[in-house]
Amino acid sequence: MPGRTDPALVGYDEAVARYEPLIGLETHVELGTVTKLFCGCPATFGGAPNTHVCPVCLGLPGSLPVPSRAAIEYTIRIGLALNCSIAEWCRFARKNYFYPDMPKNFQISQYDEPLCTDGWLEVTLGEDEVAPSGQGDGGPRTFRVGIERVHLEEDTGKSQHKGGATGRIHGADYSLVDYNRAGIPLVEIVTRPVEGTGALAPAVAHAYVKELRDLLRALGVSDVRMEEGSLRCDVNTSLAPRGSGRWGTRTETKNVNSLRSVQRAVHYEIERQAGVLDAGARVIQETRHFHEDSGVTTPGRSKEEAQDYRYFPEPDLVPLAPPRDWVEQIRGSLPELPAVRRARLQDAWGITAAEMTDIRNAGALEEIEQTIAAGASPADARKWWLNELARRANDTGAELASLPITPADVAAVAALVRSGALNDRLARQVIEGVLAGEGSPDQVVAARGLAVVSDDAALNAAVDEAIAARPDVADKIRGGKVAAAGALVGAVMTATRGQADAARVRELILTRLTGS
Amino acid sequence: MDASLTQMSAAALAGAVAAGEVTAAEVTDAHLARIAATDDRVHAFLHVAGGRAREAARAVDERRAAGRPLGPLAGVPLALKDVFTTIDMPTTCGSAILDGWRPPYDATITRRLREAGVVILGKTNMDEFAMGSSTENSAFGPSHNPWDPSRVPGGSSGGSAAAVAAYQAPLGIGTDTGGSIRQPGAVCGVVGVKPTYGGSSRYGLVAFASSLDTPGPIARTVLDAALLHEVMSGHDPCDSTSVDAPVPPVVAAARQADVSGMTIGVVPEFTGEGFQPGVLARFGEAVELLEALGAKVTEVSCPHFSYALPAYYLIAPSECSSNLARFDAMRYGLRAGDDGTRSAEEVMALTRAQGFGAEVKRRIMLGTYALSSGYYDAYYGKAQQVRTLIIRDFEAAFERVDVLVSPTTPTTAFPLGERVDDPMAMYLADLCTIPSDLAGNAALSVPCGLSPDDGLPVGLQVMAPVLADDRMYRVGAAVEAALDSRRGYPLLNDARGLA
Repeated sequence: MPGRTDPALVGYDEAVARYEPLIGLETHVELGTVTKLFCGCPATFGGAPNTHVCPVCLGLPGSLPVPSRAAIEYTIRIGLALNCSIAEWCRFARKNYFYPDMPKNFQISQYDEPLCTDGWLEVTLGEDEVAPSGQGDGGPRTFRVGIERVHLEEDTGKSQHKGGATGRIHGADYSLVDYNRAGIPLVEIVTRPVEGTGALAPAVAHAYVKELRDLLRALGVSDVRMEEGSLRCDVNTSLAPRGSGRWGTRTETKNVNSLRSVQRAVHYEIERQAGVLDAGARVIQETRHFHEDSGVTTPGRSKEEAQDYRYFPEPDLVPLAPPRDWVEQIRGSLPELPAVRRARLQDAWGITAAEMTDIRNAGALEEIEQTIAAGASPADARKWWLNELARRANDTGAELASLPITPADVAAVAALVRSGALNDRLARQVIEGVLAGEGSPDQVVAARGLAVVSDDAALNAAVDEAIAARPDVADKIRGGKVAAAGALVGAVMTATRGQADAARVRELILTRLTGS
Repeated sequence: MDASLTQMSAAALAGAVAAGEVTAAEVTDAHLARIAATDDRVHAFLHVAGGRAREAARAVDERRAAGRPLGPLAGVPLALKDVFTTIDMPTTCGSAILDGWRPPYDATITRRLREAGVVILGKTNMDEFAMGSSTENSAFGPSHNPWDPSRVPGGSSGGSAAAVAAYQAPLGIGTDTGGSIRQPGAVCGVVGVKPTYGGSSRYGLVAFASSLDTPGPIARTVLDAALLHEVMSGHDPCDSTSVDAPVPPVVAAARQADVSGMTIGVVPEFTGEGFQPGVLARFGEAVELLEALGAKVTEVSCPHFSYALPAYYLIAPSECSSNLARFDAMRYGLRAGDDGTRSAEEVMALTRAQGFGAEVKRRIMLGTYALSSGYYDAYYGKAQQVRTLIIRDFEAAFERVDVLVSPTTPTTAFPLGERVDDPMAMYLADLCTIPSDLAGNAALSVPCGLSPDDGLPVGLQVMAPVLADDRMYRVGAAVEAALDSRRGYPLLNDARGLA
């Protein structure tokens, strides 16, 4: 917005020392139903532009919406998992505003009668997240985030603005509109203002969206891919002087499209608003746009001059009154929720909270659980997924779950190592073979001829060769410097192309040189 | 071409086609010829689909020749209000903003008509987006009343009513939002029916006010209206507000045509000041006739009906302001000023300024205002409360009586141009019909003679409870039979406007 520049930012630590942040989050989730919310068109992501459309989702004159039972059920699932009350009677409402990617120039949404209200979601920050803030005793902290409402609405189409510098509508030469997304069911989850987070506000915002994402995934209601836009976040932030007992003016930051961005956006807004307040100015209530590249927010539409949406009950739809027995049936079918599951597995596997956090951050919980179910020990399962496989996923930019190796394969590799048939180095080659599509671990072992050389006669020949090649090292060992054996072990391993059991090689060298 | 075919009722035509006495093609040709001969004076049609009509008629004849069963209205021509989508004909809603639009889908009612072998002759004129009581708000010029071409045929379904009154078609379909079927029915001297809200599908009916819009039949006889009512009605899964209940037995009721033992309530609020004396005279005679036919007549006050008109002019415009937002030049219809220099918003605004007529703009502005933050409770919210009170008036009345009656309109057909610059006078034409739209119950208008002061038709409105549509058909058919028998010929024989 020309003609307006914000005062300089205030450093984060200084900002949260003098101001108390208040955050709130509005999250939009595209539901993974087969069809759109009000018609039978596929609700799948992508497709050639304007191919998943019909008179209803194009809003053609005369067309009428018919609500999807599945979308309503999914919304109730989310509401129940967030400890909400499910309305016995509610209505859809029209939100009126003009925009070319909105087929009817109104959106069927919910207004003052949402389907789910008044719930909560607990999020826990680990020691590593809490400690740097200097808050409390530095131990893990749990925040209960209040959920104000969960409602169901239709998504809009998607505009692409061509020819402008910014990719936004102003300055574009022309715009293209794809209505494939129009009418996909969208659930909006609105938190209450989260108080008392202090310096942890960005971390709490981050942890909330992460917990919500895991919850939605566990419920099976959405694929929750932030990069494809099936989970979108608006973050509200305000600051008030510490101890003032009042709330400041909030901004609403949009385009926050990754977990990391959630944290960065709150962090930036705290620094920016502190600067505005320090300069004696007032924070303007407005929508701001987050920029992934620079990590800053810039002003969008001002809420103070915002349009009036003229909500009124949608007259094309009858009120929604989910029968109580149906709601209870849905409640009964809810899966174990992620936080409960993590606590159970952490206990069963005998690992620490920090170790569980590592697993979760790597996105490996499901894989590790299945690998253990396939017979591996928790330690082995964690080792292979978090080290070798996480590294390979990282190298190729893939997600762990999408690697072409199954938990059963990993369990088989771990078993081969445990039995002594493979060592770690060979096991890594087996994994490489499985990932390269060479077959199951057994097939890779057979095809590549991978096996620990356990024939002492063959090994002794290699040991003798190594000793002969390095008489100086042999002398040191004879003289009692057992640690020097490493160099000879390495030489033997090289000579056997890694197929020897290193521990056995070491034993043989020491026996030969020291007699022990 | 046999001119007598155009004089026949839909029931008689269907019977003759089924019996092989005449082909559907002959029936269709006769009506197309009548349109060609008269529509320069009536202007009932915006689009005549002669080729498609003949094809549909041939299909009925082939079906009959193959010995397959025919529906009760197979081969009967019909005039369809240009507010229903038709895949093979333009759909304009009487608006420049949709001039030339060809919908890619058929309305449920269009589809049901085709499946029943009803021959759609074309699309009829209407007030733009069904907003008006005279067809003078059509972007394509008004229709004329076959009784007197210098007068309006009523509206908004004036084209369909005029077509039926002018013998261009034995059947028409209109939509009733505030009286848009019954009022033109009354002033054209034909039968106009608003079924129970949700009794007939709105899918493919271009919305004016979603909570009020109700498609219904227009015909020259009560039985014909009932036959069409049954063909066009019934639950539609594409319309969430469609009633999932059997269609009331309206054909049987129309054949029964017997009011003995019924209790009929006269609404005193609709017989007083502001009503044309000739209208009140004919209405009074109709009430006496009902008593003579064995009905018990009593007066039932509905105190909130006098607030119906103002409530309607908040609710209907509110919904229309939202429903008509989609006409923005982006996807279909008119696009104005898109010369490469203007933004999307400017093109939207120019298109709407150019494409909508004055009455539509007036209602969009009224509705936008009524829904605005800070005004919602005082206007839209209050109007909804009035609506509830009107529903309660009806419920209380129907505890005492089987049906309510009133004049359909305060006056007979008024001269073209008379009320164009006086919206309030125009709105008063729907004074008596609006309560049933707000309450969603069934109502019809049946001719009850000519006003002695101007010789123009007067309508008797019969209002029945929700989903008791059959009751009003019993009453309407009894009045029709008694008056026809007393007169010795159908009322429309007196229409001289096209002579």
